[in-house]
Order: sequence, then structure tokens, then C-alpha cells
Amino acid sequence: MAETKMVSLTIEGRSVSVPEGTTILEAAKQVGVLIPHYCYHPGLPVAGVCRMCLVEVEKAPKLAPSCATTVADGQIVHVHSDKSLDARKGVLEMLLINHPLDCPICDQSGECELQDYTFQEGREDSRYREPKRFNPAEDFGGDVVYVPNRCILCTRCVRFMDDIAHDPVLNVSERGDRALIGKFEGKDLTHPWAANVVDLCPVGALLSKDFLNKARAWELDRTASICPNCTQGCNVIMETRENQLVRMRPRPNEYVNAFFMCDYGRLNYRWMNEKNRAERPMVRQNGALAATSWEVAISAAARAVNGKTVFVAASPMLSNESLYLLTQLMGSGSGAFRVTEGDEAPLAGVPDLALRRERAANVNGAETLGFKKTKDLLAGLKQGDVLVVAGEDLADIDASALSRASDVVVISSVLPEAAGKASVVLPIANFSEEEGTVTNLRGRVQRFTQARQAPGETRPSWLVLGDLLGAMGKQDSFFLPSDVFAKLASSNKAFSGLSYDTLGFKGLPLATASDTGPKTPIAVGAA
Amino acid sequence: MGYPHTPHQRETTVLTQYFGDADARTLDGWKKRGGYKALEKALGMAPADIVNVIKESGLRGRGGAGFPTGMKWSFMKPGDGKPHYLCCNADESEPGTFKDRELMRWTPHALVEGCAIGAYAIGAETAYVYIRGEFTEPLYFMEKAVKEAYAAGIIGKNAMGTGKRIDVHIHKGAGAYICGEETALMESLEGRRGNPRIKPPFPAVSGVFGMPTTINNVETLIAAAPILMKGADWYKKMSLSSPKSTGTKLYSVCGNILRPGTYEVVMGFPFKEFLYDVCGGPMHGRKFKAIIPGGASVPIQTVEEAEATLMDYEGFVAQGSMLGSGGVIVIDDAQSMVTVIARIARFFAHESCGQCTQCREGTAWTTKIMERIRDGEGTMEDLDTLLEIGEQMTGKTICVLSDSCAVPVISGIKKFRGEFEALIQGRRFHPVVEAVA
Repeated sequence: MAETKMVSLTIEGRSVSVPEGTTILEAAKQVGVLIPHYCYHPGLPVAGVCRMCLVEVEKAPKLAPSCATTVADGQIVHVHSDKSLDARKGVLEMLLINHPLDCPICDQSGECELQDYTFQEGREDSRYREPKRFNPAEDFGGDVVYVPNRCILCTRCVRFMDDIAHDPVLNVSERGDRALIGKFEGKDLTHPWAANVVDLCPVGALLSKDFLNKARAWELDRTASICPNCTQGCNVIMETRENQLVRMRPRPNEYVNAFFMCDYGRLNYRWMNEKNRAERPMVRQNGALAATSWEVAISAAARAVNGKTVFVAASPMLSNESLYLLTQLMGSGSGAFRVTEGDEAPLAGVPDLALRRERAANVNGAETLGFKKTKDLLAGLKQGDVLVVAGEDLADIDASALSRASDVVVISSVLPEAAGKASVVLPIANFSEEEGTVTNLRGRVQRFTQARQAPGETRPSWLVLGDLLGAMGKQDSFFLPSDVFAKLASSNKAFSGLSYDTLGFKGLPLATASDTGPKTPIAVGAA
Repeated sequence: MGYPHTPHQRETTVLTQYFGDADARTLDGWKKRGGYKALEKALGMAPADIVNVIKESGLRGRGGAGFPTGMKWSFMKPGDGKPHYLCCNADESEPGTFKDRELMRWTPHALVEGCAIGAYAIGAETAYVYIRGEFTEPLYFMEKAVKEAYAAGIIGKNAMGTGKRIDVHIHKGAGAYICGEETALMESLEGRRGNPRIKPPFPAVSGVFGMPTTINNVETLIAAAPILMKGADWYKKMSLSSPKSTGTKLYSVCGNILRPGTYEVVMGFPFKEFLYDVCGGPMHGRKFKAIIPGGASVPIQTVEEAEATLMDYEGFVAQGSMLGSGGVIVIDDAQSMVTVIARIARFFAHESCGQCTQCREGTAWTTKIMERIRDGEGTMEDLDTLLEIGEQMTGKTICVLSDSCAVPVISGIKKFRGEFEALIQGRRFHPVVEAVA
């Protein structure tokens, strides 16, 4: 890239130097000044219609919309001067005159920008004495419902569908104060990425049907994680209420998913709340599985595996850490995994972002660590091998193939029916209950953290596998997943140089990866 | 003024010379009257020279803003490798304005000629004429004129045999006031919803289809031809007042006045004489109360202010208003100012595109309050609220529709507060009774 010219200006008394062409709003963010705004979104083309981000620029005749005004050398910008505060107060009052003020029954309440800014700098009363405009709520199809009375017509949703999804379904219908977001005749928000409009909506006008009336924003616990549902590895926030996952939302990462995530990933979280879990370690006694202590179960598993040829049937949902420990476990044996597949669904406006065909988070990680991707999971299981089932549910597996195993050890969060033969069952936490890293299809290693408490006596998979290896005398136990990762990084060339500290929450590519570098949404159709 | 009357002796008919003369609508008739001579002359000149003549003449935009036309044309950089476009704004929707309609009805070829001259001067091969959807008659004559001009080789691939390409396209609007705003017009022309665009970038940088574009009013473009023929000095000398306002201006006069119609007078003409002499003064037994001199979106003048006004860009500003589009709306003492202003506000609320918050909500809110006051349900606080809403609606939005709604309300309350208070205080205000008493 050619050398960019830097422009220096003063915002709220703080000097800042930004590349030429930056908007005042973005420049202000860099010095920690948030200019209130509604229609502006970094992932969408600029509309400049809400007029909320008006700021006073010295020597300019009028207030400037900071989202649409680029910086100039020596500019002096006042964000909180009387003039700009007065303008924003006016905008807030106008936005509220036809707003139903039904925060107590609105899903957005608590995470609503209209609420936040009104509390921050709005009027305490309204001078509006006339009847309010009313339009009935409308089902927009897909996961989205539209409540026009709450709408502030920022047009973020329209711009997302037009310029990012390239599927123009939404429009602004009518004009003046009758204006509302409309849907083109015969079309629905069925685009595989359409539910992003719910996140983009700064108010409670576009709501998720899935999340409707399920929780209040302030009851939620939020955890930075990775979407486990395909190999793209979109960064997400897992939101839980009373230890139940109730919603997944995208977390910005310009290297992976920009600001978005697909509907499939977003809505496919219920399996992590599964109640039918293996909750206690079990060992086969007198022909039946019986609950026992972890120590007994671990040593039983160690006895079952030690000195045998091991075949590991792993799940591509497991973390790099667990898969690495499984490779230690299998020694000279072998491992395989299978992955469910679906249709690929790209998001047209963002390069290299799609709902991928392979619907599991760590396919790349499993392959990098030497597991064989296969359709017939147990094809590699030889007569007399010990079968270690790790996270696999063994659904639709031929029982005759299973009978080749001399013994079966199950390390899983759900007890598969086919595991009736197992001599030991070690219950582990699922994706939402433990910490670790996964590797996406472009080789980016990203951390996910624990969003929920694991049920019963289940333990994180890396801990169980570490203890098992310890009991087998192969190595010491681990105290933290970062220790496992450090060991992995020191012993595997692809992971060399990486650590939890350097990964941070945006991840880093494998030393051998084809990561395509930063991605910013391409705004098409913009002037 | 011409049709249906003969021009008043104090008018200066440059553009309106052939009003009422049906023969001037045809190509042959137009040529007989000296038509397309200016285009012929223009095509023989360098574009930069044409721009200089226009600059020299002091011609300013006749659509409302009054931006110097020559300067606007000089923003178009020749040879930048991009196609240039000329847009003619014939979406004359400002309430009280009907001068462009008359120009296109009577002298369609004058506009074709003006477009061709303008297009050549700014280095454009294509000119679009965006005609208001409701203008069926002007549209008919314009389409006919363009067809005739193409057939005669005046415009087209080889305009007047000079090898230069000038295409003129007629585009019919779908009936939205906001499409008269230049950037909304361009959006509409491109086939999108007519929403004004954020400026910058200005049309001269990125206009129609993202290319450098100049957009001019019908009257401005038509005035270019006589300026080229008779020279900049002739045009400059026609002004009676400020050297910043030159030439003649068309005024469409309507409302409570004896002879409404389209008039052409020179810049600096005394408004008092215009109203009482040229237009015949008030109707029998009535007195003027207020004048809106430039279409519904300019401040209302009291009759005292109007009588002290010299009719040019600066003169109207000096007397608390603006020249605007020259749509003079005359209000006499039989009208209630509150009703008039409430109706104007309703118009803007109806026509707001709804993009900007202040305009979408403010115009509708203003209308609701104004109509409540009109119906005798207002309170004194409403007047303060109206002024504050007006303040919020001024200078804060993408285009000036919001300001246009606030302007008559603010000026109305300031200048005719008594009428508002009478209605609020329950004295059923009746202007005629009031005037007689």
C-alpha cells in the first residue's frame, strides 16, 4: 500500500493523528470519545441520516455529521459543546415523539442505544401532545420480526441487505413521518445471513423470534467464544441466563467474520444446553456400567489403553488441546473423525466469509494434528484395537464394525447408545463449558472460553485426557489449558510460536496457514 | 407576461417574448424567430469562452439558490477522462412557482437550445431534462421539440453538422417535491428512491451515475442563448440595482391579486410597483397583508417589507426574505395567516423524504401543532415549542426541506403573532371581520 498521509486534529481537546480520509467519528473513537450515533455502522456504507452524530467543527458554518465528514488538518472538533449537545437533544426528542416508550416489554431494553443516549443526554420530558403514529408489527420471515413503532429509520437493516447480503429484501416504504421499513412483495428475510439485521438494529424494532421475550439484557452473562457450528470460526459472544445458553451474537473480528455471523450458527446453540448428559465417571462392573470416582475411572481407563493399539474416533468439535492429548494417547495407533456437511452459504459483501460446508469448528485442527477425515468413521479400526470414543456420538455406526474393538473407552459429554460395550466412561464438558482453541479453515487459531458451568462431575476434556496420560505414565497432568497449549506449541511445528497470550481474542494464523489477512466489508452500491 | 394578456409595458420580455405565440413552439417557427442561432454560434466557440461569457454576464441560478452559473460551469474540468452530464431541473414543484412550466409550454425549443449550449460548454455529450410528473402539457411539447430537433440534426451524433455529439433526454418524474432538490433529482434519475445525497461530494465531482454533473434550472439555461447572442454587457446593463444581480427574472404571481400570472421584469425592479402596477394590486376592497416572494419555502414578508423591496437577490434578503424561485404568493387581509402557514407546513410534512430525523419528525410535528392552533385548541406554550422545533430543523439536515418548513412558521409567528394569540385565546379570529373593524 502507498504511504498514507496522516492528518492531525483536535477532538475534545485531545490531539489525534489519523490517516487521511478517516471520518471524525472514527478519529474520535481513537482518543476515547464516543460520538453518539445511530445510522452509522463501521461495517455498512455511510447514510448520514440520523443526524445524531452532529458535532461542532470550529470555523464551519454548520454542525457537521461526524460519520460523513472526513478529517482535515488543524480541525478543532467539539463533541460536547452546548451547540452540539442541543442538536442531539433535539434529535432524541424527535426520535421519541412517535416512539411507544414500551421499554418494560421491549427485548432491546438494557442494550438499546435509544435508551442509553436518552439517559445520557436527552430531555427529561417530552413536549409532544399529539397522538402517536401506530403501525402493526410485521413478521419479516426468517428469524426476524419488525415492530415499526420503535423504528428510528436508521436504515442499517436496509443497507445490510442491499450492500452486504446483496439480497435487497428491505426498503424504506412511504415517506415523511409515515415512513417505515418495508419488505418487497413476495420476499422474506430468508437469506442465510439475514438475522444480522437484528444485531445491527440499534433499537427494538427488529427482534429475533428465537430470543423473543426470553430474557432481559441485564440478566445475561456474556462470554467471548467461537461459533462451533462450522469451519469459518466466527467470533461470537455466548450469552447465558442461569447457566443456559440463550443467544449467540457475533463479536467483531476483521480477520474472520467482520461484524457478522450466519443464521445457522446463531440459532444452532441448543445442543450445548443438552440435558441428557453423561454426568459421572463410570466403569463396567458385573456386566453393567456403574458410577464411580474419577480416580477409579481414570485408572481403569489407563489399564484398558496401556500397551494396546489404540484407535481414536474423535469429534472435530474438540479443542486443539484435547486433540493433541488424544494423539499422545494413541501413540502408534491411529485416529479418525467425520464431519456433518451442509450447503455453503457465502455473505456476498465480505470476502472469504461464508457458512462453510463442514459443520464443525475444528476440522482443520484435527487434520493438522494427524486425524484422518473420513466418511466411514471406524474404517481404520482393526481387529483387536482398543477404541477410544472422544466426543463422538457414534450415531448411525454399524455395530459389527464396533465389534472389531477389543475394548471401548468413551470420553464424551453425551453417552452414545452404541457405547453399551464400553468398559469405562469419562464424562467431559462440551464446547460451551470449557476453554481451549480451535483452528479455522484458513488456519487461524482462536481461543474460546467457558460460558457455562459443566453439569455433575464432568470435567474439561483437556484435564481428563491429561490425567489419563498421567495415569498411563506418559506425562505429567496439566493445571491449565494454556499449559497444554504451550506443550502443543513446543512439540508441533504448525503451532510453534503461538501461546494464549499472543493469540488474544482475535487469534493468529498457524505457522503453516493460508490465512488471507484482514478483511473489511466491501461496501457495494455506495456512491 | 403574454398569454392570456398582452405583456405589461413595464415588463422586459426576453424569455417570455413568444408566450402565447403557438407558432414559436414548432421548429420552423422557432427558427423564424431567430432560434438555434445561439447554438450555432456556441458550437463555433471554445467551451471555455462560452463559460467566460456567462461568467461575465453575471447570470445566477434561477431555481432558488442563486449560485453564479458561469462559476458552476467552470467547476467542470474538461479532459478529466470522465463523461460529463448536464441536468436540467424542470421539476418545478415549489408551491406558487409556475414559470418553468410556461417556458416549456411556449418555448420548448428554447430549452432544447439552452441544454445543448450548456452541455457543450461543460463538455457533456448528454443532457437530461427532468420534468415534473404532473407537467403533462410541458412534457408533450418538450418531447415533440426534442424529436424535431433530432430529426433536423440540431442535436444528436452530429449536432448542427459540427461533428459534436449532444444528446438530450427527457425524464419524467413521478410526483415528488423532493426530486427538485438537485441530489434527489439525480438519485431519481438513476432509478432510485428520490432521497437527497450527502454533500460533499458535490455534483460537479460526483453527480449522475457518479460522474461530474452540472445541474441548472430551466430559466437559467434558456437565458444562456440571448446572452451569447447579445453579449454579456447587454445582460448586465438590464439590472436596475446591484451588479451582483443581472438580467431579467420571471416571477409567477398567484394568490389574492388582481392579475395573477407569469411576469418578466429586470433585476432591481421595485416590488411595490410590481405588485400594484404590473400585477394590478389587490382585489376590490381588499388590502395586501403578507407576501411570500419566492415560493413557499422562503420567509414571509409583511406588506411593509414587501413594499420596500427591490426585486433582486440582495433586495429580498435585505427585506427579510429571499428571491427563491420567484413564486410570489400574495395573501390579502381576508386570509388567516395561521391557516396559510398550517397548510404550507402540511405540504412539507407530506413531501419530506423521511431520511433525516429532524425533518421526518419535525415537519409532521409542526403540522400537528399548527393545525391544532388553527382549530382553536392551541396553547401559548405551543408557540415557543414551534419556534424551538423550527430551530432544531434549521441547518441540521442533509437538504433544506426541513429548513423550508421551519422558515414560514418561524417568520409567521414572529411577524403575525397577534393572529396566533387571538386563536389561542379563544377569540374566534375572523380576518374579514377584523379588517373591517
